[in-house]
Amino acid sequence: MSFSGFQTMLGADALESSNFLTLFAVFMAVCVVMYLLVIAALLIGMWRGRSSREQLTVESGRHHETEPAFRTALIGWTALILVGLTALTIASFFTDRSNASVAQNPGLTLKITANQWWWDVEYTSPDSSKMIRTANEIHLPVGVPVEATLQASDVIHSLWIPNLAGKQDLIPGRTTDIQLLPRKIGTYRGQCAEFCGIQHTHMALDVTVESKADFEKWVAAQQRVAFAPTTPLQLAGYRYVTTRECSACHNITGTPAGGTIGPDLTHFASRRSIGAGTLPMNTGNLYGWVADPQSQKPGNHMPTIGLEPADLHAVVAYLETLK
Amino acid sequence: MSSTKALRDGPKLTGPKLQSALDATWSRPRGLIGWLSSVDHKEIGARYIVTALIFLALAGAMALHMRLQLMFPGNRLMTPELYDTSFTMHGTTMMFLFAVPVMQGVQIYLTPLMVGTRNMAFPRLTAFSYFVYLSGGLFLWTCHFLGFGPDNGWFNYVPLSGPQYGIGKHSDVWAQTVSFTEVAALAVAVTLTTTVLKQRAPGMTLARMPLFAWATLVTSLMVIFSMPAVELDSILLLSDRLVGTQFFNPAEHGDPLLWQHMFWFFGHPEVYIIFLPATGFISEIVATFSRRSLFGYPIVVLALVSTGILAFGLWVHHMFATGLPRVGYSFYTAASIAVSIPTGLQIFCWIATIWQGRPRFEVPFLYIIAFFFTFVIGGLSGVIIAAVPLDLQLHDTYFIVAHLHYVLIGGSVFPLLGAITYWYPKLTGRMMSPVLGKISFWMIFLGFQLAFFPMHISGMLGMPRRVYTYPAGMGLELPNMLSTIGAFVVGMSVLLFVLNLIISFGGKEAGDNPWDASSLEWATSSPPPGYNFAHIPAVESRTPLWDNRDTLPVVYGLKAEERELLMTSLISAASETREPSAMPSIWPFVSAAALAVLFVCSVFSPWAVAFGVVPLAVALIAWFWPKKPEPSEEAAIA
Repeated sequence: MSFSGFQTMLGADALESSNFLTLFAVFMAVCVVMYLLVIAALLIGMWRGRSSREQLTVESGRHHETEPAFRTALIGWTALILVGLTALTIASFFTDRSNASVAQNPGLTLKITANQWWWDVEYTSPDSSKMIRTANEIHLPVGVPVEATLQASDVIHSLWIPNLAGKQDLIPGRTTDIQLLPRKIGTYRGQCAEFCGIQHTHMALDVTVESKADFEKWVAAQQRVAFAPTTPLQLAGYRYVTTRECSACHNITGTPAGGTIGPDLTHFASRRSIGAGTLPMNTGNLYGWVADPQSQKPGNHMPTIGLEPADLHAVVAYLETLK
Repeated sequence: MSSTKALRDGPKLTGPKLQSALDATWSRPRGLIGWLSSVDHKEIGARYIVTALIFLALAGAMALHMRLQLMFPGNRLMTPELYDTSFTMHGTTMMFLFAVPVMQGVQIYLTPLMVGTRNMAFPRLTAFSYFVYLSGGLFLWTCHFLGFGPDNGWFNYVPLSGPQYGIGKHSDVWAQTVSFTEVAALAVAVTLTTTVLKQRAPGMTLARMPLFAWATLVTSLMVIFSMPAVELDSILLLSDRLVGTQFFNPAEHGDPLLWQHMFWFFGHPEVYIIFLPATGFISEIVATFSRRSLFGYPIVVLALVSTGILAFGLWVHHMFATGLPRVGYSFYTAASIAVSIPTGLQIFCWIATIWQGRPRFEVPFLYIIAFFFTFVIGGLSGVIIAAVPLDLQLHDTYFIVAHLHYVLIGGSVFPLLGAITYWYPKLTGRMMSPVLGKISFWMIFLGFQLAFFPMHISGMLGMPRRVYTYPAGMGLELPNMLSTIGAFVVGMSVLLFVLNLIISFGGKEAGDNPWDASSLEWATSSPPPGYNFAHIPAVESRTPLWDNRDTLPVVYGLKAEERELLMTSLISAASETREPSAMPSIWPFVSAAALAVLFVCSVFSPWAVAFGVVPLAVALIAWFWPKKPEPSEEAAIA
């Protein structure tokens, strides 16, 4: 498609979304034909009444009669509906089967946990040292089937990355899953699709589909612990983040900050956005977010602390090192 | 009365003398108490319609406010809290306080006239239902203006609405609003079912009944089977929130999906409860303005009945993304697609009627043409979202917003506006202005397409539902701008329609049967007298007024000095018995008020249920206080 959208169901950037587009085209073709038939019949029917010939109306006293042709037409119309709908139903079932085939040999497994209003992401691995934890952003290697296990920690959410696949709800007390087979390299955006409270609007997930080599590089970078601060300003920020309010909720691997309530910040500055897609990642937005998250994303669970200007400069300087 | 022979209508008692006797019998006391005591189905039906239209205006104004917020990406006109409250109030009001009550209001007004009887089966229950419905609406909107109206969507999913995440009284208000409206709707459904089945004019067999009455019967039965599910759901939620039960808490082996199953077991039939009465309007209007009886009457009846049954097998298509087993989903895909078959057959029958007739393009008929152009799009997009692979993408996006408005506005509101224009002369004795009618028709028809067609596009371009804003650069700017402009055109056209309703009180006099229609409601004066018919008509065909041009055959023998109805047999409508009909009473109002106090207080404390039943019981005892039967020397059938 000509749309270069990063959040569109017209992208066909993965197996399921291409299947969607094909099936949608089939349904549209049938539906457009049926619509035109109905409208044509209506228009002809209305036009016919204007003719001077006798119609079967109360004025002619024949309002209980019908033209025999209509009984035949009714049978034909019923047959047409039945054939059309049966064909569509079968097409739908086959597409469903094709979508389900991705699940057979996943090359990569993830665990995504939805929270009000952010995504907690774990790349699972039998080797615990190779596990990755990140938030609000996932990277996927192109052409590799992926299976994500989905859970919700509070209310119902729904994972939707339209360029790749349809929705799957995340429901407290249940475990669901979704399979993806990305086919095109690109950056996409997913979003929560089930109303989940006041910041449902700002609960996005950045998705990067990249070559296998780039993906391995990203994995290696994510497996590192956080960089140590180098300048005095960064060091001051490090001290603030690891000893004050921030570390109560956020984890930064390799530092004393070990909170688990909020998103993992170990490689925060490598991500594309802040606050689950609320703001693009840049220094200005980082200042805005750290200074007053409640004005950027009203009602979210990160409080506006009211940092002193010196602390703010330091915290932002440190956070920017978390590549 | 008991010793002398009762005064009955008949060849010796007819004309003005009979009318003045009946007027005295069927009138109600004047003044406020009289107004509150009325059991006249025409008064109650009209109250329902006017009240529902006021709620339509309120919820519509909220929609316009939301459209202003969504006009630009990143707009800051509304706070997230206000936006969430707005879409919740919009949906809740439209579904529970407008769509179902307005249809039931029209049914209450028309059904007894159409089947040829003097009042509803349980007139006091009907009066009670209106006050319960009104209290529910006032309760919801008062709470909204006091700042604790519901804010979790009209579907109020747990756990977001449960005790842990639904802080404050918002969810309780939603749940109790449901209690109000469901009690009212169930009461109306029972009275309508009985009226249609037992009070048809002699000779009006089931096979001669107007299609609107068939639609009324099917929807009323659907109400009876579906609404208890959502009522139970609300009670379980209130119990979780107020008493500490754990029906929906997964940590205690409750299940959030239980809520969704019970909600949609009601929620999907609800769509047809709103749509099927509209098909009744369409059948009547198409026949009248095509100047012939409807083609394929038995097919339309079978379509109504099968839609009513199939509608109960579709609810899981609202839950395709919840991760239930795929084989199970296949069943619901097939069932959801199958439900379009009966609708397709009805559409054929209507068009075949137009084809063989000579259509008159009056305003009510224009709305039916708009119905075809609009509803068929909504029906076909419904086929699209019945397929699991398509729905998983389209679900919870603006594509669905487009779909549901095409179905509900195209399928129900357009026929409703046509029906209001069509029956307005019967209610008021005056014609609505056709000039204003045509202007508002074209505005709403075109404005609607401008408002809602682009939503298909914005949904496919990635716009989820229930977001208070969206980022720039996704291609959403243009479709949202068009939707906002279209929404305001629709808003203005509704204003114009209401203006037409008001100024037409002084419009052209209508006479009994201004459209030369065929059904019994046109056989009496406009507006009809309190007793509807001086003599009960006898029916010999499906189109009585067309087949008996000079005088309608009637039956005699109902008492003129007491309220009496003629009961007929269920299928063949043979006269069975004379049945007394209830006199006006204040107690239905008092009972509704006591019930309202109970419901409102139980939002704040479960003890209100225990204490609130006492006044309710007193009011009900007074309402049902037995009267000493008067000895009668006469046979039930004379």
